[in-house]
Amino acid sequence: MATPTLPERSQLAYIASQAADSRLNVEIETEGMTLNIGPQHPATHGTLRIVAKLDGEQVIAAEPIMGYMHRGYEKLSEVRTYPQVTALVNRIDWMGSFANEVPFILAAEKLMEVEAPPRAQWIRTILFELSRIANVVLFLGDMAVQVGAITPVFYAFRDREYVLNQIEAVTGGRFHPNFDRIGGLKDDLPAGWIADTKAVLTKVDAFCDQLDTLLLGNEIFQARCRGVGVIPADVALSYGLSGANLRASGVDHDLRRDDPSGLVHDQIDWKVWTHPDGDSFARYWVRLQEVREAIKMVGQLLDGIPSGPIMAKVPRIIKVPAGEAYVATENPLGQMGYYVLSDGDLNPFRVKIRTPSFNNISICPWLLRGVYVPDIVTILGSLYFILGDIDR
Amino acid sequence: MPKPQVPGLIKGLGVTFKEMLSPNVTVQYPHEKEDPAPRARGVIALHEENCTSCMLCVRECPDWCIYIEGHKYLAPPRREGGKPRQRNKLDRFDIDYGLCMYCGICVEVCPFEALFWSPEYEYSEPRLADLLHDKTRLGDWMGTVPDFESYESGSEAKPKKVPR
Amino acid sequence: MNHLAGIDPILALSLAYWQQSLIKVGIVAIVVPTAALILGYVFLLKMMSFMQSRLGPMEAGPYGLLQLLADGAKFIQKEDIFPDAADRRVFALAPVVVLMSTFLLYLIIPVGPDAISANFDTGIFFALAVSSLSVIGILMAGWASASKYSLLGGLRAAGQLIAYELPLVLAVVGVVIQAGTLSMQGIVHAQATGEIFGFGWLGSPYILTQMLGFVIFMIAVQAELTQPPFDMPVAESEIVGGYQVEYSGFRFLFFFMGEFGTAFAFAAIASVLFLGGWWLPGFDADSNWLNVLGPIVMFVKVMVVSFFIFWIRFTYPRFREDQLQTFAWKFLIPLALANIVLTGIFKVVL
Repeated sequence: MATPTLPERSQLAYIASQAADSRLNVEIETEGMTLNIGPQHPATHGTLRIVAKLDGEQVIAAEPIMGYMHRGYEKLSEVRTYPQVTALVNRIDWMGSFANEVPFILAAEKLMEVEAPPRAQWIRTILFELSRIANVVLFLGDMAVQVGAITPVFYAFRDREYVLNQIEAVTGGRFHPNFDRIGGLKDDLPAGWIADTKAVLTKVDAFCDQLDTLLLGNEIFQARCRGVGVIPADVALSYGLSGANLRASGVDHDLRRDDPSGLVHDQIDWKVWTHPDGDSFARYWVRLQEVREAIKMVGQLLDGIPSGPIMAKVPRIIKVPAGEAYVATENPLGQMGYYVLSDGDLNPFRVKIRTPSFNNISICPWLLRGVYVPDIVTILGSLYFILGDIDR
Repeated sequence: MPKPQVPGLIKGLGVTFKEMLSPNVTVQYPHEKEDPAPRARGVIALHEENCTSCMLCVRECPDWCIYIEGHKYLAPPRREGGKPRQRNKLDRFDIDYGLCMYCGICVEVCPFEALFWSPEYEYSEPRLADLLHDKTRLGDWMGTVPDFESYESGSEAKPKKVPR
Repeated sequence: MNHLAGIDPILALSLAYWQQSLIKVGIVAIVVPTAALILGYVFLLKMMSFMQSRLGPMEAGPYGLLQLLADGAKFIQKEDIFPDAADRRVFALAPVVVLMSTFLLYLIIPVGPDAISANFDTGIFFALAVSSLSVIGILMAGWASASKYSLLGGLRAAGQLIAYELPLVLAVVGVVIQAGTLSMQGIVHAQATGEIFGFGWLGSPYILTQMLGFVIFMIAVQAELTQPPFDMPVAESEIVGGYQVEYSGFRFLFFFMGEFGTAFAFAAIASVLFLGGWWLPGFDADSNWLNVLGPIVMFVKVMVVSFFIFWIRFTYPRFREDQLQTFAWKFLIPLALANIVLTGIFKVVL
């Protein structure tokens, strides 16, 4: 091997120092213990690795190391056609997967200067909010497991099944709908779907009320979460947090209201929830209210679907004209954006995916100083990231 | 740590107690089975008469899991003294379900409506090679394809017919 | 008469001391795993499942009755793994120490006026002393596993178990003051023959007069068993099993049996101390019928107490370590001391 060049040498030195830092060490170190949390661990939603320097039970420094689940979406998109990219992109945030397709399709529609008919836009918004409900309901149960209560997560999974069944009845897939198309949607709603979905919404609402009593009112849960992991509003903005994490720190920012591009949130009546505290309890509370708000939104949307075609006139083989477009939407995890650069071909030239969880966990080194080891898990749980979203 | 107040803790106990007495939602597979939705993407069925080996599905599949081989042959002319007609004969149509990601692009892109979704999902095999379904097996799946459902009111779409 | 003899009156035979001891050892050796199995099946497999809106195991045997036996067989046939850097002897001995303290606890549980393995005059004192032996076992497991997660779990366990020994003992002191004796049979007799405000049919179950002591005892028992909300040492979502994480196969089975066996034993001690033990209202405290009915009565009382232990286990999230310690030292211990003072005052005045 030739002598490494200067940048390679510094790279190698960095890697070596990281490896030395994170080697499992059994001798008694009085300066502190380096603990590897992950990549296989029940508390990190996937293969996230956190290298924590501990002093007894207190964390001195913590650093997240990501990339264990990198699947190369952006490189793959360069050699796939637009419908194929839509099918792949479902798998970035696999809990609320319809929401992943929406900004990509909106960006492509912007480049093609095509607008989906109103019926398609309404049903798109309904599925968008349903995927938010499915995603955040899981969070509500999952954070309970991080904190130690093992029962709510089963209720969460049970009530999420109903929502997934409804998504399956329309799209054919529970986790990966692959339903959005440039110019509209793939197919229309089957008969009886609206009534079934309304029944499902009442069940999820009952689950939210159950959680109020079982978890939010529980003094132990409050003692674990209040005051833990406080993020002030200016720090949240400077680290690029988005979604419920930002709103729980008191910042009133929601892309559904401020920039509804292509979805019909401006035609229904709903409210943005914020909380001034910025601690883990606030993040949990804001997400619970958002689920309740989403249930109300879907109820309104179901009543007002306009009749009409489901697909605009687009050619069979999609060739997007040259240009660039960036569209961001308020996904369940935060703000997700796609930057699509096209050169007039069947495949996009470059797709850059701005995922919310990547920025959400960048705050970890700042946030995890001085907390106890159990608090690491509470904080990570309350920030709510999905590994596919971080690593793409 | 604040002094623990009792009411919230006791009410939480009430929730689990009530859940314990409510009926559970478990469906004991394989003794009982749930019916998937008619549109559920379980397996792809092939209607061989409609297929013309145009290779569109092969090209559009993101995983390249469809394998088609065909040849052209000359069919006898329709009337006396006419030209022999060129026809496509499908020799091989395999879908590898070990690779398939159930995206549905092949079904959507087929211009001759030869591929259909069926909600059947119980076809796991002990050997990976057995997950390659050949032409005959794909034709057998056609028996499980449900009819297309009617749409909600307000829709302008008309349900298509499944060729039997 | 030899105060350790117990089986003579029941069987109406005259057995030598070594024969009696052998029978008692055999009974305890059978009862402990059976108790662990019953508690595990009823509460862990079935009650937890119903609370979580599911059925639990149903395939192994009718309604999953044989599931735990199948699990036991699975554990026994596993490979015996030692971590590379582990201290082998200490690693192997730790589960044995924990299980041994469980077995010793069963010696003093009475199930009838004469049916008790060892009728000590200081029965409850022996029980409390022996139950704290498991702390040594847990510390051994945490240290010898040579893993940072085990170390964290072991240290947390040490702090927690020692902190919650005190409320446990102090809650019992209130009962002892009221009964006037440390012997288990003596406490049952005191509840059977006592009366509340002159009304004697119900006896004097100490749960009514020592309600505060009962609550403190149950909380301390929850902490001694490292069950949620006090399961920091085995916090599954953080340190993935704590001191138990490196154990597999039958060594893990020992920990499991130790946990559920101790739960049964503590529930039994709680029903003796507070619910009246094997005595049923309407019977004379020395009646021979209670030697037959006593086990059944005890079993029912143990199930009731265990129901509360496990109900709390499945509902609440867990305390953080510092909150746990604050709760014990700044709240439970002063409360228990106040309880003792009150009991003493009432005992002298009434």
